[in-house]
Amino acid sequence: MGHWIVAPVVLPAALAALSLFAGRSGMAGRVLSLGGTAALLAIALALLQAATEGPPQLYRLGDWPAPFGIVLVLDRLSALMLVLTSGLALVVLAQAVATGWDRRGRRFHALWLFQLMGLNGAFLTGDAFNLFVFFEVLLIASYGLMVHGGGGPRIRAGLQYIAVNLLGSTLFLFALATIYAVTGTLNMADLAAKLPALPEGDHALIRVAAVLLMLVFAVKGALVPLQFWLPGTYAQSPGVVAALFAVMTKLGAYAALRFGTLVFPPDLALTGGMIGQFLLPAGLVTLALGAVGLLGARSLPRLAAHAAVMSMGTVFTALSAFTAASTTAALYYMIHSTLAGAALFLIADLARDRGSAGLDAASPPLPGALAALFFAAAIATVGLPPLSGFPAKLMVLQALPFWPVWMVVLGATFLALLALSRAGSALFWKPQGQPAALPASQALAPAALLLALAALTVFAGPVTGWLAGTAEALHDPAPYILANDLP
Amino acid sequence: MEVLFALTIGLLTAVGIYLMLRLRSFPVILGLTFLSYAVNLFIFSAGRLKTAAAPIVGTVEAPTDPLPQALVLTAIVISFGMTAVIVMMALGAWLELGHDGTDPASGTPEDRG
Repeated sequence: MGHWIVAPVVLPAALAALSLFAGRSGMAGRVLSLGGTAALLAIALALLQAATEGPPQLYRLGDWPAPFGIVLVLDRLSALMLVLTSGLALVVLAQAVATGWDRRGRRFHALWLFQLMGLNGAFLTGDAFNLFVFFEVLLIASYGLMVHGGGGPRIRAGLQYIAVNLLGSTLFLFALATIYAVTGTLNMADLAAKLPALPEGDHALIRVAAVLLMLVFAVKGALVPLQFWLPGTYAQSPGVVAALFAVMTKLGAYAALRFGTLVFPPDLALTGGMIGQFLLPAGLVTLALGAVGLLGARSLPRLAAHAAVMSMGTVFTALSAFTAASTTAALYYMIHSTLAGAALFLIADLARDRGSAGLDAASPPLPGALAALFFAAAIATVGLPPLSGFPAKLMVLQALPFWPVWMVVLGATFLALLALSRAGSALFWKPQGQPAALPASQALAPAALLLALAALTVFAGPVTGWLAGTAEALHDPAPYILANDLP
Repeated sequence: MEVLFALTIGLLTAVGIYLMLRLRSFPVILGLTFLSYAVNLFIFSAGRLKTAAAPIVGTVEAPTDPLPQALVLTAIVISFGMTAVIVMMALGAWLELGHDGTDPASGTPEDRG
């Protein structure tokens, strides 16, 4: 694919800079950002095709060879995440334009593109320090997006979000410095090649670094006990931004999966099954806490935020086994929950715009189309048939045949069903009042996401087949390391 | 030198964590700054501590590792930028809400969503 591998990073960066010069009217910004995101989706699909057909591919920045230079590596997992990010971004951006969110503050499109640049870079990079840099790029854009539109409560929530993430960044640096001090490299493939031969005396230091790294990814992925920042932040964010954040949270799971299979695989003697042993209980508690949060939520945005916590609990629980089957299930659930979570945030935003997001009888009535959308999104979120949540949860349960996992997953599903049915009847079941109809342009994006979920269900066979191939490639990292062309 | 260096990093981290746990945004920001100082020194020490050793091959007998210095430079730039962002946000929150508590419980019910 030659230079195309770097395009998902360079294209949004260039367009973001250009969109800063766009006039106050905002038309040029919209064209740049919609066109750029569509182009990103096309590039990501082409990269997915290339990654499926061949082994992992390397892109050397500045043509410096690994491990001395920074490399981008395109493999099936990173290509999948690129497609998921740009596909979701395109739909959500269309919604931002349709609802006018992009004009409620300045520089929305530039921040949006920088956010995409950070996400794409983090998914592509093959260098641990570069991963930190892309984390910061996407975080600084997300700070701006989160407080887009302003308002005291939103800025207060943003302040907490920034403080938590700055602490996470500091931990990330401590971990990276420890790894560099012990191994002398930060290239992920080089680390994977060097760690098995590490002298006995250095094992403790690397274990500390591994736990610190997992803590950082747990902050990103909202894993208990580091999930407390998520509900407030996502509930206060503009709905379209929270919908994009649905994929940003998955970055934590992506990074844990990448490090847990490549750098610290389960068969590495010095860490062993340590990472899985931490992730399993933390994931289960996250899942349970998210379900309880769903029951306690008093507004629709908050409900969607707790659903996001719950979905991360399921993803991390599925990841924790680190077998090919469990990774396949985790990836399938990750695609499903990103789309379902984003749809729920968009619907919550439409309800909030009509002054009716609180789950009490006093709120004004909502249009029937919105009720239908919420109904479908709730089915997907809970994991009932016929949408993709059902096969996704089934795969997770099949991959982890232990009774505590089944108990927590099924119990949380029941609580979620209860909470969402209650929320739906409280919001939409009003005896009187004639609500204004939902404009078709605003219903389009949530409907598109729900259609994508339906497609994910119909094509569950081919998709899981492809994901199984991806999981096998992850659990046999030799071709990935070979692609780095280490000396 | 190693002991002094380690003690300094430990002290800075302890001060940073203590300040981070305060309930007002100004001490929290100061705490984050102290933590970033600590981590910058820590990254620097990842290349081993040496005196009078330039990071350039050929200028001295035993040059020091240049990579941690590059990493520190990146980390300093990023943490400086992030500190600027959080200071702006804290000022914005103070101007909008009239108090600088970081605890949502100290705000109005609207704050808690």
